[in-house]
Amino acid sequence: MYLAALIACGISGILILVRIILGKTTFDRILAINSLGTIIVLGIALHGFYSGRPEFLDIAIVYALINFIGTIAVLKLFSTGSLGDIQK
Amino acid sequence: MELVKDIITGIFFFIGSMSIIIGACGLIKLPDVFSRIHAAGMIDTGGTAFFLLGMIVQSGWSLITVKLVLIGIFIFFTSPVTSHITANLAREKKITPVGKKIGKVL
Repeated sequence: MYLAALIACGISGILILVRIILGKTTFDRILAINSLGTIIVLGIALHGFYSGRPEFLDIAIVYALINFIGTIAVLKLFSTGSLGDIQK
Repeated sequence: MELVKDIITGIFFFIGSMSIIIGACGLIKLPDVFSRIHAAGMIDTGGTAFFLLGMIVQSGWSLITVKLVLIGIFIFFTSPVTSHITANLAREKKITPVGKKIGKVL
């Protein structure tokens, strides 16, 4: 059961990687990378249940936080050209 | 009782797997940034919700359930924020949707 769900996560991850490689604009790639991060969070949680050690959920929480902050940071850098430094 | 739990978890995992695979196919097939946001939203809501519900059914009342609910609440709130910022920035950078005339403001 867990193995089937992990295989589904892997298949959709590969399909999203195709979009990351082929994507025309930057926004396609950012959107696809965000979705890939969500699928990796689910994969970490499922792997924890599959191997009988649910402590992996802590890593999944941290990965979700870093995924959100990284996406927002890349979008802000692409929008304004800086990450909030003091303008000279 | 274990058999009932396993069956419910299997149904939830099946719906979640279908949801993320359909979302990934849509992310490849759809022609535009503004329409690909729908597919990404399907991955973020349907897949996450059903996978986490299946794991909650499996784990019962414990600290693991609290962590799963935390992940669910966090992704539930951050996914619309990311989609909104991406769409807004794409509109700001003058990316026109497929089918619209070039230069027409949304």
